[in-house]
Amino acid sequence: MIADVAELLLLALLVVCGIAACASKNLMVSLIIFMAYSIIMSIVWGLLKAPDLAVTEAAVGAGVSGVLMFVTLNRIRRIRREEAKDDEETDI
Amino acid sequence: MLRILWDSRIQSAAVILFAVGFTTLLLNRNLMKKIVGLNIMDTAAYLFLTSIGYIEGRLPPILADGVADASAYVNPLPAGLVLTGIVVSVSVTAVLLALSLRLYKRYHTLDLDTIYRIVHEEAEERE
Amino acid sequence: MKKRTFREWLKAWDEGEIDFSVPGPGCPETPGDAASSGDAADDRPAPKDDAAIRAYARRFRDREAALFRRIYPVMVVLIVAVISVFLLRVVTELPPFGSADTPANSSETIRRYLEDGLSETGAVNVVAGVILDYRAFDTLGESHVLFTAACAVLILLLSSEKQSDSLRVREILEKDAVLHTTGRVLIPLILLFGIYIVLCGHLGPGGGFSGGAVIGSALILYSLCYGPERVRKGLNLKSYRVTVLTALLFYSLAKCYSFFCGANGLETIFGPGTPGNLFSAGLILPLNLAVGTVVACTMYGFYALFTEGTV
Repeated sequence: MIADVAELLLLALLVVCGIAACASKNLMVSLIIFMAYSIIMSIVWGLLKAPDLAVTEAAVGAGVSGVLMFVTLNRIRRIRREEAKDDEETDI
Repeated sequence: MLRILWDSRIQSAAVILFAVGFTTLLLNRNLMKKIVGLNIMDTAAYLFLTSIGYIEGRLPPILADGVADASAYVNPLPAGLVLTGIVVSVSVTAVLLALSLRLYKRYHTLDLDTIYRIVHEEAEERE
Repeated sequence: MKKRTFREWLKAWDEGEIDFSVPGPGCPETPGDAASSGDAADDRPAPKDDAAIRAYARRFRDREAALFRRIYPVMVVLIVAVISVFLLRVVTELPPFGSADTPANSSETIRRYLEDGLSETGAVNVVAGVILDYRAFDTLGESHVLFTAACAVLILLLSSEKQSDSLRVREILEKDAVLHTTGRVLIPLILLFGIYIVLCGHLGPGGGFSGGAVIGSALILYSLCYGPERVRKGLNLKSYRVTVLTALLFYSLAKCYSFFCGANGLETIFGPGTPGNLFSAGLILPLNLAVGTVVACTMYGFYALFTEGTV
């Protein structure tokens, strides 16, 4: 009974997180929701009796690929800031 | 029919997530969002595969106390296949991120429509 | 035309010197184009007509693009709706969720893996036995996919220019007390956990991939806390290449050996051992170590290339 409720709750959260990660306007928010989605997915895999997958998804999906996306976003912001600085210098 | 869909709700959720990811991949113009959508599609497909191998009331395929009886454990094969898939999807994500970083350096935007427009304008200037 | 390396091509593309979308100095012309331009060199249309034609073409393209932009979302929603209804219909036709007597769950192969897996591979974790013994070719290809992705990222992002802004960010991070204290406590624990997952891949959940990713994230945290120079003392571009290639080569050779004698039931020096011991399950432990090394190096390499532009 409790397991059923937990499974239902997790599936609902999974779908909500999936839709929210796709729908949110802010890229940073979208990435954070995507990492939450990965964690929930790894718990669902634990419920489906696949512990290998749960460990791998928690380490790879929520950890490394989320970090890679964050780092890319950070690099893009850096490029944008440098451009803004260059523009100011040429204006003066 | 709704009754059957409710009984196999994990597979239904996987189909819904697949549709959500696919829509984002096709409709959103931001490259980063497209990558997130592709990742969601990936995990939805893996969830479907894993749920095929699940058997009610059985143990995970780690042989406890040397009991080697096929009727005590769930199917180990989908887990092995999906494990390969997860690592491949991470590699694809990394290459896609590197490519979109290059595109940003060249065109200073992540919006695909703007990139197309700039490419066309540059081609016309060249002519 | 002077010959350029791939990196010079990329740099020229960055600066807008070449464009792959139109045939020009970058692209070889098709032979048909060359012949027609040679013939029609004299009676080329006057510049004015040319401009008119081009304007007409642009207007036509704009109209087409506007139409396309209006139709495209509708088509996408329609196609996705059709696909998902079709897939949901397929779900209703599948055998009931969680049943044991489906073709996928009751096949000969699955029974063989579960009943003879322990005596044949010696791995308590059947999934590890499947991916590193019965289906080790899969995993070899997968490691090579990861390696190829690392090479692609290296080609795309390796740059020699100094990131001035990253230095400033790093100064701020290196003074951060919260990050330092957390890092000092957590990094050894994360590393230990990763090593445990790699070493016990044949005894419990885990294995080379997940353990490698955990070790890689510990390296990323270390690089955040203490700066990438200290990681670079142990893992620079040269040692990165050597480590990854050695691990891949070891994997290939070990699998060659086991295909040569293990698969045919001949004597092998790596027997299954006593199931449940750390040193058991034949080649699975060394293969897990090799895969873990490749994955840890690749994950840290991805991170370093994305932040610093070098490993």
